[in-house]
Amino acid sequence: MNQPTNEIQGIRRIIAASSVGTLIEWYDFYIFGSLAPVIASQFFPRTNPTAALLSTLATFAAGFIVRPFGALVFGRLGDLIGRKYTFLLTLIIMGSATFAIGLVPGYETIGFAAPIIVLILRLLQGLALGGEYGGAATYVAEHAPPKRRGFFTSWIQTTATLGLFLSLGIILITRHSLDEDRIKSIAKFNDWGWRIPFLVSIILVIISVYIRLKMKESPLYAKLKTEGKTSINPLKESFAHRSNLKMVLLALFGATMGQGVVWYTGQFYAQAFIENICKVDFEQSRTILIWAILFATPFFVVFGSLSDKIGRKWIMIVGMLLAIITYRPLFGKLFSIADEKNKVEIVNKKEINTSLKPVASTGNSLRFVGIKHLFDDGMLMTETKTDTVYALAGKTTIKPDVKLSKLLPAKEYWMMVAIVFIMIIYVTLVYGPIAAFLVEMFPTKIRYTSMSLPYHIGNGIFGGLTPFIALLLTTIYTGDKLVGLYYPIIVAGVCFLIGLLYLRNKIDPDVND
Amino acid sequence: MNTLKRFAGVLWLMAGPLAIYYLVKTAAAEINKKPVIDTKIQWSVFVIVFIPIAIGIMIFGYYAIKGEYGHLPKNSAEIAD
Repeated sequence: MNQPTNEIQGIRRIIAASSVGTLIEWYDFYIFGSLAPVIASQFFPRTNPTAALLSTLATFAAGFIVRPFGALVFGRLGDLIGRKYTFLLTLIIMGSATFAIGLVPGYETIGFAAPIIVLILRLLQGLALGGEYGGAATYVAEHAPPKRRGFFTSWIQTTATLGLFLSLGIILITRHSLDEDRIKSIAKFNDWGWRIPFLVSIILVIISVYIRLKMKESPLYAKLKTEGKTSINPLKESFAHRSNLKMVLLALFGATMGQGVVWYTGQFYAQAFIENICKVDFEQSRTILIWAILFATPFFVVFGSLSDKIGRKWIMIVGMLLAIITYRPLFGKLFSIADEKNKVEIVNKKEINTSLKPVASTGNSLRFVGIKHLFDDGMLMTETKTDTVYALAGKTTIKPDVKLSKLLPAKEYWMMVAIVFIMIIYVTLVYGPIAAFLVEMFPTKIRYTSMSLPYHIGNGIFGGLTPFIALLLTTIYTGDKLVGLYYPIIVAGVCFLIGLLYLRNKIDPDVND
Repeated sequence: MNTLKRFAGVLWLMAGPLAIYYLVKTAAAEINKKPVIDTKIQWSVFVIVFIPIAIGIMIFGYYAIKGEYGHLPKNSAEIAD
């Protein structure tokens, strides 16, 4: 009678210990991305081309190229020395790198050493993340009872989303708590306060390392080790043997590639679209995402659990299909909600404020023109034009810098939350069952290596590049605001077809092989 | 079903070179249009990262044509050469 209860308590402890560590790793990874503009101004001044080059490398290399390498390095290690010590190591590397970023002096203090150190630390973050997920998913799956593998591993799936939630939350709280005056608080945050979310990470990491140290090795892996059946060369066995390579390719092209773009479109491109294309206010665009994540996160567990009953394949396939069909109308609706052309301006409420700021020793001045437009539905649009008033008569700025920021009224705000919520439901459909699906595809002795690579190519490269490629497409084909969606739609479309045709819906009853 | 899987393999095999051609062509055009360091890095990263993936889908297509996906392994013992 007590045995099942003890077993459930045991697996709960394992999930908690694995999930907390994975959540912290995601938190660490996201704060860099969320604070990219502030970090760029501290370490990578745009006026210096070499620093700008390092900035681009830090964004691309760490996020996308290094993650699959981390999957190879730590996947191999996980299959050679065990799951427990490998994902303990990734956590320590990630935590130390994050904490260190918070301590690096700025470009103005130590010059070029600053961006180079930050780039190296960011690369370490990417490597560690590449090794973490496969370890946590494998560890939990190898402890889970066969009929509830989808349910238990789906808790690991919630961590990526909760990590984003936590990073956005801590950044917003820090941004507003450094001074009673909101503007002064933001200025302090941009100056030194941005370091706090990085430094806070070390406390979370120490707690998580302590918890993980108390964990035991996965029973399946421990058994293999005792029997002397672990792999001697996991990389060769995973990728040089046709029988396993074909499964790695199927996992990538039939599942993780589509899952990655659906995930990054719902959680990252949606936010970038709301902020950069719809021109919604900085904080509103983030809190919209926070609410949607909060409401949708339980569905990771719902669909993970459902996959134990009806199989993994169809849940993921439905998620991809819904994304392919509805992305354009959903994003179109987001755009129209904030589009001032659909609203009537209350002209007598229009406010214009002009100010001049002299530019030292030139005689020129910077002119700021702030125009506030109020619309019939309550939306407030602030238009800020910046140009130079030259001392030399007749000389004018060719193209003034114009910035738009729209503050949505409650009804429109919650409509956007609802739309992003729908898109995150698609994320939960494709992402909830993926860990159980990948674990069941590969044998224990090369599982960590074999599942980590397709996961990180699918998510790091196909998924991670989604916001960049989608925004890039909008700058190439300027006539269509929704043109960026062709990238996730085409990738998810190809993945949907391959998954539909080649994947099997079988739930593997035995991963003990 | 297995015949369809094999025929579709031709599509995946062709998707690789097509993707590489489109990628290189777009990268060259974009770098020519705006030859600054950011554009060069961005497009170089895309080309370097996506070419091996395009080769991967060609291998996937080749395996599909050969009928490798007609039977998926039922246990780990089958995943061994």
